[in-house]
Amino acid sequence: MKYAFYPGCSLESSASEYRISTEAIASALDIELVEIPNWICCGSTPAHMSHELLSLTLPAYNLVLAMNVGTEGVAVSCASCYNRLKQANHAMQDPIKRGKVAEALGEIYDGTVPVKHMLEIVSEIGAKRNLKDLVRVDLSDIKVAPYYGCLLVRPPDVTNFDDPEDPQIMDRLVEVLGAQVVKYNFKVECCGAALAFPQVEIVKKLSGQILLDAKESGADIVIVACPLCHSNLDLRQRDIEKYLGIDLEIPVLYFTQLMGLAFGLSPRELGLEKHLISPDSVLKRIGIKV
Amino acid sequence: MVHNKISSPSFLEEVEAESGEKVRICYQCGKCSAGCPVGYAMDLLPNQVMRLVQLGLKDEVLSCATIWLCASCETCATRCPREIEIVKVMDVLRRRSSAEGYPSAVREVPIFVNSFIGNLKRFGRLYEAAFVGTYNILSGHLTKDFDKVPAMLSKHKLSLLPPRIKGISRIREIIKRVEEIEKK
Amino acid sequence: MARIGVFVCWCGSNIASTVDVKAVAKAAASFPGVAHATDYKYMCSDPGQNLIRETIESEHLTGLVVAACSPRMHEPTFRRLALETGMNPYLVEMANIREHCSWVHEDKGEATAKAIETVRMLVEKVKRNSPLEEIRVPVTKKALVIGGGVAGIQAGLDIVTAGIPVIMVERSPSIGGHMAQLDETFPTLDCSQCILTPKMVELSQHRLVTLHTFSEIDEVSGFVGNFKVKIRKKARTVDHDKCTGCGICMEKCPAKVSSEFDRGLSDRKAIYVPFPQAIPNKPVIDRSSCIWFTKGRCGVCKKLCPAEAIDFEEKDVIVEEQVGAIVVATGYDLIDRGLYGEYGHGKIKDVIDGLQFERMLSASGPTGGKIVRPSDGATPKTVVFVQCVGSRDDSKGIPYCSRICCMYTAKHAMLYKHRVKDGKAYIFYIDVRAGGKGYEEFVKRAVDEDRVVYLRGRVSRIFEKNGTVFVKGSDTLSGQQVEIRADLVVLATAVTSSHGSRELAQRLRIGFDQYGFFTEAHPKLRPVETTTPGIYLAGACQAPKDIPDTVSQASAAASKVIGLLSSDELIREPLVARVDEKVCIACFMCESTCPYGAIEHVTWKDPETRKEKEVARVNPGICEGCGACLPVCRPKALDLMGFSDEQIYGEINALSDLVKVIHDE
Repeated sequence: MKYAFYPGCSLESSASEYRISTEAIASALDIELVEIPNWICCGSTPAHMSHELLSLTLPAYNLVLAMNVGTEGVAVSCASCYNRLKQANHAMQDPIKRGKVAEALGEIYDGTVPVKHMLEIVSEIGAKRNLKDLVRVDLSDIKVAPYYGCLLVRPPDVTNFDDPEDPQIMDRLVEVLGAQVVKYNFKVECCGAALAFPQVEIVKKLSGQILLDAKESGADIVIVACPLCHSNLDLRQRDIEKYLGIDLEIPVLYFTQLMGLAFGLSPRELGLEKHLISPDSVLKRIGIKV
Repeated sequence: MVHNKISSPSFLEEVEAESGEKVRICYQCGKCSAGCPVGYAMDLLPNQVMRLVQLGLKDEVLSCATIWLCASCETCATRCPREIEIVKVMDVLRRRSSAEGYPSAVREVPIFVNSFIGNLKRFGRLYEAAFVGTYNILSGHLTKDFDKVPAMLSKHKLSLLPPRIKGISRIREIIKRVEEIEKK
Repeated sequence: MARIGVFVCWCGSNIASTVDVKAVAKAAASFPGVAHATDYKYMCSDPGQNLIRETIESEHLTGLVVAACSPRMHEPTFRRLALETGMNPYLVEMANIREHCSWVHEDKGEATAKAIETVRMLVEKVKRNSPLEEIRVPVTKKALVIGGGVAGIQAGLDIVTAGIPVIMVERSPSIGGHMAQLDETFPTLDCSQCILTPKMVELSQHRLVTLHTFSEIDEVSGFVGNFKVKIRKKARTVDHDKCTGCGICMEKCPAKVSSEFDRGLSDRKAIYVPFPQAIPNKPVIDRSSCIWFTKGRCGVCKKLCPAEAIDFEEKDVIVEEQVGAIVVATGYDLIDRGLYGEYGHGKIKDVIDGLQFERMLSASGPTGGKIVRPSDGATPKTVVFVQCVGSRDDSKGIPYCSRICCMYTAKHAMLYKHRVKDGKAYIFYIDVRAGGKGYEEFVKRAVDEDRVVYLRGRVSRIFEKNGTVFVKGSDTLSGQQVEIRADLVVLATAVTSSHGSRELAQRLRIGFDQYGFFTEAHPKLRPVETTTPGIYLAGACQAPKDIPDTVSQASAAASKVIGLLSSDELIREPLVARVDEKVCIACFMCESTCPYGAIEHVTWKDPETRKEKEVARVNPGICEGCGACLPVCRPKALDLMGFSDEQIYGEINALSDLVKVIHDE
């Protein structure tokens, strides 16, 4: 199984552990990820806020590059990139937008390159073979709150990802990995996303609600599938604690890291030392130290 | 339309044409506002923005804080009973507000957006260190997030070197063409 | 030789102010075959009709063209007039120079020219008309009512009052429908059971009523006055002739499933009667949950039944009935619980729908009339009611208003406050639609006397944490987000068509809309008829309706049935398709096209060659004269009486000069 891999900007720096762990579980599952050569930024939220055509042209540029890789489609790790690439594909159904993008790119892109989030790829593999066979470490003592956020599930007619109100794809994965799934109410609520820069107070409130609800519902850790969510929930967790006036101390892992742990990969191979909130206190239950 | 205020009769049609969304069919049920995670911080709730667009009250809409506080989380659009993609409408309002020189009610947001786009034009990919620097200088929040830098550096989560990609000149050309087409 | 009379009407100034009626009459007089042409102020008035009558006799007319209004208005008037003078009524045609000319044009010259051409066409048509005889069909004086809710019960009772026997078919084990589930009804707060159950008893005991419960319609054939119906009586597994209704079987049955009647708020047994006042008050076995049928053991009911009424071998039985008319009264359903993921409907125990709340209010319901939280049985101190859950929501595929929710929600909040005095009731609404007698006053009472708080806005999300139900809504009037921590949430879920309504419509050959509601023949003027003669609609199967409207419509449908079945024969217009047997090649394309099922297979003997062959025959009792069969008939064996090819071509050819002029220009 071979995919054109679009890591996105965050995985190059602030979310380097997401990249490391994604590649680690890809090799464990025999997924060949071929990085799209010379990919560029998808434009993220600032592009669609300021220039509609730019917000479509940047993803289209990358998807054209991906065609040359010659694979089953594009694999994306970042929920925001995933959303923008899917939005571009969706918009290409409109002939006027398709025409404008073609004029800007100098070539026609018809919007048909399949775009999949790594979670979807993992879930498809899980439907074909039993991922339990790969599990080496018993995670049954760990309670996990899967956090999906906005951009994977919404808008549903564009992403067509899972039930937009109560997605299950990560929940099922956690079960397969042998850990306990925590039911809580904020799995698709917004973390504040890009407002982290201009309006950090809003992010503290929104991300705080998510962490608090997960914690109160009994979660030991939160898992995410997006570097922006991770940055808000992990990197800003100390600020959130101050804002809420309570200790949260809840590690936020990428779902790929939890998979890697279950598969018996070492913390180093998964970049687990890179989180601001160390997962040590939880991982010691399974005899692992970061 | 509304005679005690200066309203722009063509505003609704313009917003609809640019967003591709039928703002006119909003029946003010308020479900967007009910679920908006940022609603508590807004000066106008999303349904009020939609109403003002319907009435052509352009000045009120384009100078409000809401359009800049909207996090584009799509909760409203996902649940809108009339299937209006409210984020697309918000995008149009943000663009119009900037293009027509309305002072932004939340000045940091356009600075954030412009810093990001400028960074992207220059490097093709986001050069996080440079982006944060630019944003901090322009916004005047000079030391924002500085407390996180040491940890990020020690954990190799902040790359000090700019990204290098082949074909950057072609990318710049494409972005230039995008701007030309948008001007038309 | 044709002698056509043309009579041009002024319709006061309605026609004459825009059409030069004298010029029309003058022009018509010169058309070939026209023996006489004249104009008059009101052709439909007594003097106008006399003028026509006298002219028919004096001029020995063979056909009439009345240039006046729409044939829908006065064609029957002038055809009746012709019949009185001994002329075949189908030799009269109307030229519509009012709706088609004077009312829609302003230029008098052009309107007059169009009127002249219209008359020219009709003259050419009438010259080709042949006398037609009305079709007479014998009638079976018996009616079928499908559905045993309040609509069907009312229609059935009204029909038997006229001495016409009624066969009622009800899908579930008891009649009563949704109304039997309700507690008190708006706006008078009279007890639903108290007003319904006497009607149920009256109907079931009436000597002219045959009741088939636990039965469904398998097949309907035939036509108005003469329908043949196959009714599937599903195996009850309990012989009702033997059963005494003692109830020991239900007491001892070990298989429990959630009760449909209580909407999951209580359990019933696999052998059950849906509710204590059910009719018939004898049980059936639900084979999908019975241990005997699912696992092949148990049989406790059979062992214990003192009347030996349990029959595990019983099979479905098909009963055939002949009826003259059908009333469809199949009611409604509510939306699926999974449709509102954002409200946790079906997942959160303390989020229920209006009908569940209704069961809770009912003194004979699962809680004995006490309002409790399903999760822990506690009395809820804060209850949030949410309107328009599904209704008016394009994104959920239900753009229409369910019409009953505004009122029953006001009632629910009111009844809650009556029973929990210190409770708080909130209602989220978009608009309060209280357009009925005493309705607005009722809503005011809820606000005024019972202090129900109305919040204008939809709810975005509902979730539960530690036993508290969080309701995130808005109040658009104050421009605020509203979060209420509730003990119980009641959703006014949208009314949908009854499950299986589309299949039933296809069996009955009646129309249905995109939501599965049955279509009336005309939204204003024929609201209880379908386009299929002899089949009528009552209640919520046509569109969401409250009880007063449902009962009114049921009585209206009954009066239509009584009218139809009051004579021994039905008279139908002879404007139907006819097969030229000689030409027919028995391909039966017509049969697959006919929306009414009017095509029959018959053997026909050629009178000349004396050879027999299979041909199509149009049953004139069923044919609606729509003409759909004509274009698919390859050998052109079909023609439509009154609108034959010859007549239509005659009309078109009358315009050939005009067409040439337009072409040359």
